[in-house]
Amino acid sequence: MTATDTHRAIDAVFRIEQAKLIAGLTRLVRDIGVAEELAQDALVAALEQWPRSGIPDNPGAWLMTAAKHKAIDHFRRNRLRERKAEELGYEREIEQETAQPDPDEALDDQFGDDLLRLVFISCHPILSPEAQTALTLRLLGGLTSDEIARAFLLPEPTIQQRIVRAKRMLSDKRVPFEVPRGAELEARLSSVLSVIYLIFNEGYAATAGEDWMRPQLCQEALRLGRILAELAREEPEVHGLVALMEIQSSRFGARTLPSGEPVLLLDQDRARWDRLLIRRGLAAFGRAEALNAASARAPGPYVLQAAIAACHARAGTADQTDWARIVGLYAKLGEVTPSPVIELNRAVALAMLLGPEAGLNLVDALTAEPALRTYHLLPSVRGDLLRQLGRFDEARAEFERAAALTRNERERNLLLARAAACEAKSDGQKQQK
Amino acid sequence: MRFISMVKSTESRSGPPPKALMEAMDQLVKDAAKAGCVMVEAGGLLPTSNGARIRLSGGKLTIMDGPFTEAKEVVGGYAIFDVKSKADMIEWTSRFMDLHKEHMAGWEGEAEIRQLAEMGAEPCRSAE
Repeated sequence: MTATDTHRAIDAVFRIEQAKLIAGLTRLVRDIGVAEELAQDALVAALEQWPRSGIPDNPGAWLMTAAKHKAIDHFRRNRLRERKAEELGYEREIEQETAQPDPDEALDDQFGDDLLRLVFISCHPILSPEAQTALTLRLLGGLTSDEIARAFLLPEPTIQQRIVRAKRMLSDKRVPFEVPRGAELEARLSSVLSVIYLIFNEGYAATAGEDWMRPQLCQEALRLGRILAELAREEPEVHGLVALMEIQSSRFGARTLPSGEPVLLLDQDRARWDRLLIRRGLAAFGRAEALNAASARAPGPYVLQAAIAACHARAGTADQTDWARIVGLYAKLGEVTPSPVIELNRAVALAMLLGPEAGLNLVDALTAEPALRTYHLLPSVRGDLLRQLGRFDEARAEFERAAALTRNERERNLLLARAAACEAKSDGQKQQK
Repeated sequence: MRFISMVKSTESRSGPPPKALMEAMDQLVKDAAKAGCVMVEAGGLLPTSNGARIRLSGGKLTIMDGPFTEAKEVVGGYAIFDVKSKADMIEWTSRFMDLHKEHMAGWEGEAEIRQLAEMGAEPCRSAE
């Protein structure tokens, strides 16, 4: 191996081992910030030694041992300053673990548990959703502050600050490093899933900026979801979320034209959908359904959304879509998590099933909804239904309103183009009269 | 990004890999998944005596049944992984090859990794 090869290999090893390392260390030192520093120290040690000694057979275990030695140093240094009984206890534990022979399999399970604890602490509800997202991407995704900042179109110091504050908050409040149990588990898991889906959605329909999608965020969210599915295999909602993200990701290639213009679901060339991702998505959906059936549980919000995505994925052409089933699924979803956005989606499906009039009635009922006042998709959907009913002037006004509300440039262009098309139709109508 | 790894070796040894190797590979795949590197698909190939080659050359098709005795090394299995970078794929494939040292002593072979073309995905930069 050349020096560059070794360096590249160390990078890869570290990327692979980092989350496990931080997770294991957090259990030992009870502080995410300290754990992250110790992991960095271990990396520095590897960078010094591996180019000379070669990469060890079990690099993960090597890094962990190196980090544990650093942890002991850390506690000894701290102890000189202030004698903390509990830290003495931690130190003894670390020493014991370090002295143990290497029971590989037990360690693997422990790693899995530690990683899951790391997921839960990063998405802890005492943190704001923004902080949860940044911390999750940093600790589990291994993204640098710069990468996170670029993905969210924010200045790097903002992200750095969020992460530092989040770590301090967790440390100050002494948030336990644990997997919640019983009734708490469900609530906490739902917060974890929403962080991952938030990351995915930010990539799938960028709220602002020049690009319609930022696929690297979707890929990162999908990766996190797949890891979580491995760590929490018995949770149907986890598989539901993974299924949803796999199926939505399958449409990447079809969602934009080469010029970057967005293509709406029903206009997409389905030959461009990624069959492999669909297959994986449907398999994950199957696992979720089987888990629900085995425990006689009703499907949760992610399984229901995955079911809707699966309906689209299974339809060979837009005409073959099972709209009746989709309308029913949106109704169930609305019962589980009432939301005007879900109602809006149900209206779209209803219009496909029964015609634009039926959809429009439902949409009109939503126009008074305060939560949707600045939501660009409401006028966009309304415009589309009005267009189908031949009410082009009203449709144009709605598309223009939607264009003014979106912060995504690609989407704004698409909406303005649809407004212009309505204007042309309207002129045509007037000439005929 | 997706990579396929094709494992080549001499065809002298027949039959499935030893059980210990299979178990070690299963464990490796699980570890990889926990690190966000997902095996999308994998399979082992039966001996080349079950296969054939169909060649188009000079406007002429030639069909040649296996076994491919002239080939020094033949593909015995493949796996497709979804990984974060080429370096990660190299690392996991190295770990995979390493398992043979312990569980299938004396085995020699080569894994070739190739990035799969994906719609909308850029080829990874050569530096990675």
